[in-house]
Amino acid sequence: MSTPHVVISDVTRVHGHDETRVVALDHVSLEIHPGELVAVMGPSGSGKSTLLNVAGGLDAPTSGTVSIGGETLGSLSPRDLAKLRRRRMGFVFQDYNLIPSLTAAENVALPLELDGMRARQARRAARHTLDLMDLMSLSDRYPDQMSGGQQQRVAIARALVGSRRFVLADEPTGALDSHTGEEVLRVLRERCDDGVAGLLVTHEARHAAWADRVVFLRDGRVVDTTGAADDAEDLLASGGPR
Amino acid sequence: MSVRLGLMALLAEGDSYGARLRSDFEERTGGTWPLNVGQVYTTLERLVRDGLVEQAGEPDAEGRIAYRLTPAGRAELAGWWTTPVDRTSTPRDELTIKLALAVTAPGVDVERVVQAQRTSTLRQLRDLTRLKRDALDRAEGTAEGTHDTGNGLAWLLVLENLVFAAEAEVRWLDHVESVLARHARERRTREDHDTPDDGTAADPEHDHAGAAPAHREGTHA
Repeated sequence: MSTPHVVISDVTRVHGHDETRVVALDHVSLEIHPGELVAVMGPSGSGKSTLLNVAGGLDAPTSGTVSIGGETLGSLSPRDLAKLRRRRMGFVFQDYNLIPSLTAAENVALPLELDGMRARQARRAARHTLDLMDLMSLSDRYPDQMSGGQQQRVAIARALVGSRRFVLADEPTGALDSHTGEEVLRVLRERCDDGVAGLLVTHEARHAAWADRVVFLRDGRVVDTTGAADDAEDLLASGGPR
Repeated sequence: MSVRLGLMALLAEGDSYGARLRSDFEERTGGTWPLNVGQVYTTLERLVRDGLVEQAGEPDAEGRIAYRLTPAGRAELAGWWTTPVDRTSTPRDELTIKLALAVTAPGVDVERVVQAQRTSTLRQLRDLTRLKRDALDRAEGTAEGTHDTGNGLAWLLVLENLVFAAEAEVRWLDHVESVLARHARERRTREDHDTPDDGTAADPEHDHAGAAPAHREGTHA
């Protein structure tokens, strides 16, 4: 198998002190390979969001290390960490977080422009990503001219524009109906099939089922992981009509 | 539901013979209910005996006998479509029974039973989702021009039924877990109140409700 793109190694994250001390993550280790989508499930307060924040460099572990594409986050200066976050990873949130005054293409181009790319070049890259994801028809629309599902697909395009190969999604389907939610997951799945590493936090089993693996957290610890893929065709007596 | 009514539903679409009924039945139910041809012929014989199906003409050149629905058969089938499926019988599902027993059985870690089942069901859900994705891809392929008999849609609906069932099981397991955790918390609170100061507290080894104590730093399962 390929080298893992994301390596979370023996990470513990403690919030507060003494009486208010809470262990949000407790010796968690996790690897994500290129092309792999990993879902994190668990009851509320189990550490799902902390894991996502630590993996994305938004929060620092109390002990243990996180490395993305071979770079250990803890060894980087704040400036280099911010640069790595801009260039190497993208975030998808429940409420899309698109800028209302920008079109879909401008929203997707924004991370590249913020990173110093010329506007024209960034727009070209944005259109390329939208085209790759069959979203070109939305490129000139503003967020309020799009459905929730369309906005979330644009948000995924924004998360993966340019050379970014790690997407972190925090309940990306939370605001969508079941069918639209699945469409969004399908898009995320396709991006991962193209080589992106994905980390998805969800409380919906049906959405976690789009991932290659499900990591189950309780009280900050990984209590279980669904293992390697079975042969799906063996699941039923036949694979259905050909 | 019986094979009987399944075959009658197929015959309502046109006359057919045993081997074709068998393959149509399997294809239409996504292969979730494999039949052997002997079962099909035995069922057809019973349907003929009961006046619901009759032979349609003489055997063909290959000796195959076609069957068709009688008016009584059509009436029975019409009644089946409109009668709700009975779901009121007491559950006899192995998992339900297993957990009901595990909650009170001494020495059983219910939390582990729940977690092992959830992992297995999530894996099944993932595999079903892969099959569903293939089915959706195929459906989109057929929408772009290739021939679709409608069987792709039937297969997709069968898959979604299995997805919903697996999802419901995971939700139920989550619920079982939270009820057990609450129960354990309440019992600990009661025990803390009832415990005399001479150190004769209840033995935690006998916590058969199974929910683990709330996480304390340094206690690794």
